[in-house]
Amino acid sequence: MGGWAIAVHGGAGVDPNLPPQRQEEAKQLLTCCLNLGISALRSSLPAIDVVELVVRELEIDPLFNSGRGSALTAKGTAEMEASIMDGPRRRCGAVSGLTTVKNPISLARLVMEKSPHSYLAFSGAEEFARQQGVELVDNEYFITEENLGMLKLAKEANAIVFDYRIPAVGLESCSAGAGAMESVMQMNGLPISIYAPETVGCVVVDSQGRCAAATSTGGLMNKMSGRIGDSPLIGAGTYACDLCAVSCTGEGEAIIRATLARDVAAVMEYKGLGLQEAVNYVMKERLDEGKAGMIAVSRNGEVGYGFNTTGMFRGCATEDGFVEISFDNN
Amino acid sequence: MGWAIALHGGAGNIPLSLPPERREPREEALRHCLKIGVAALKAKRPPLDVVELVVRELENNPHFNAGRGSVLTTKGTVEMEACIMDGNKKCGAVSGLSTVVNAISLARLVMEKTPHIYLAFDGAEAFAREQGVETVDAGHFITQENVERLKQVIEANRVQIDYTQPMQKDVLEETPTNGDSQIGTVGCVAVDSHGNLATATSTGGFVNKMVGRIGDTPIIGAGTYANSLCAVSATGKGEAIIRATIARDVAALMEYKGLSLKEAAAYVIEECVPRGNAGLVAVSATGEVTMQFNTTGMFRACATEDGYTEIGIWPSPMQN
Repeated sequence: MGGWAIAVHGGAGVDPNLPPQRQEEAKQLLTCCLNLGISALRSSLPAIDVVELVVRELEIDPLFNSGRGSALTAKGTAEMEASIMDGPRRRCGAVSGLTTVKNPISLARLVMEKSPHSYLAFSGAEEFARQQGVELVDNEYFITEENLGMLKLAKEANAIVFDYRIPAVGLESCSAGAGAMESVMQMNGLPISIYAPETVGCVVVDSQGRCAAATSTGGLMNKMSGRIGDSPLIGAGTYACDLCAVSCTGEGEAIIRATLARDVAAVMEYKGLGLQEAVNYVMKERLDEGKAGMIAVSRNGEVGYGFNTTGMFRGCATEDGFVEISFDNN
Repeated sequence: MGWAIALHGGAGNIPLSLPPERREPREEALRHCLKIGVAALKAKRPPLDVVELVVRELENNPHFNAGRGSVLTTKGTVEMEACIMDGNKKCGAVSGLSTVVNAISLARLVMEKTPHIYLAFDGAEAFAREQGVETVDAGHFITQENVERLKQVIEANRVQIDYTQPMQKDVLEETPTNGDSQIGTVGCVAVDSHGNLATATSTGGFVNKMVGRIGDTPIIGAGTYANSLCAVSATGKGEAIIRATIARDVAALMEYKGLSLKEAAAYVIEECVPRGNAGLVAVSATGEVTMQFNTTGMFRACATEDGYTEIGIWPSPMQN
């Protein structure tokens, strides 16, 4: 084995009745980002650079729930978070509560490389962003009409909505909705509606066997301002070490409780499982009732993924020519 | 099998020359907190209640880096964070608090009264007000000792664990007056005779930290973790603890490699973080307790139902 490998995701939990146009847009974006990553890998860019540039691309596209197109807080604002981790020395950087930083993942990288800390949030993070001279925009930049509409519906349904396009009122008429009604998900014991979150992420192993992971999100639709999910938490939504790199998406609270990303690596390290075995094990044993998905790569050039939701937007490729862009269940 | 409890007041480069007037109040606090924790366990209070009440006590004590007595950010302000978790993996965390008297109690409210796990900064403060928890003027948390400490550190222009000694990157002599930052994150872990587990950690963070800096304490799996096997609370250099997912790894080693609590904790402390970076306290579902650190010292105390008690700062003779 060996060689580079890359995987990207745009969220776990896909409506089987997703309008064809939407499917097409998602596929195109994933393809574009995957190709971007592949070219970078072919030009020998290190894994840490590749994951950042791919996630930047996902952040500026309003399709998924990160950067522009982020899910909105109860106040109708975008509050973004992200984290990045570099396998070889397990360096990491994370940010939360960003409201004007155009590319949260790049600020996370700067936290990792230019600050004495691993995690900066809210006004402190914004101040750091200004000091670092990263591109800043008004909060309006991140807000889309569509998400404003979703927020309104979420408030009406008085539920936290995973960022998904299914209107709450149409819930009965779509199969994912029907599934949702039957198995009303509990988050921290309180009922919420199920919708698919579209956090984005990328994991890469370069041709030198270095792994890196990056995850970025706007979080839950209608979340309380100040709510932090799994994406910026090292070990939960993002993790990378010598062995592998993992990025997760889905029910944030379940992912945190399961320390999902770290567990993939822990199971490889402490139980000697291979990458896909580890992904399967963790998805099956660690999530309790949580709904989530993940992508992962190993230092040996393997790529793997898993999800217990109805589908996951994903794309992956390896040096030996394997390419897959998909979102349904297999 | 029986109940067990352990608590800490921070690990770091606590100099052996710590003068009595600095050592004794902290030892006394550890003794007192152990006593109230043990009493609560004997009274059959659930471990979740026990760890919360012990950490509240430590937060209220100005000698430790949590609640009152928190170290200061580079702007001279206090930003507190805390995390609580039980053996069923229910958890709550808060960061960026500046007026909440007991951060650990707010973390518990996040766990019990919201659909979320983690709230921070303005959002967390707003939630505190909604919940009617006790809040005070931010000045309440600031002690003269910490104002001094911040000044010294800024002059020395380095970020340090809230312990005296500057980081190894400089060869300067230890600033003599610096022998004062013998305080650190606080935490408590407990298990009852039914194997119910809980952990709680609370801190003001790093001296001179950047505003908005979040450390290991509120990150599930890093500074705080509990599952059906064990409960762990870590302390030390936040960035190193995050990268090594210390608290989670103790449990993972028990689960995936079948190590005992002590073996798992020893492995993590010895192999997974550089020397001088971390310490932890942990209890297992079967009533074992361990307190380990690779720093000069760790303010700590523990007790088990069968009568074992330990209160200490530096490695005890029995410790490896």
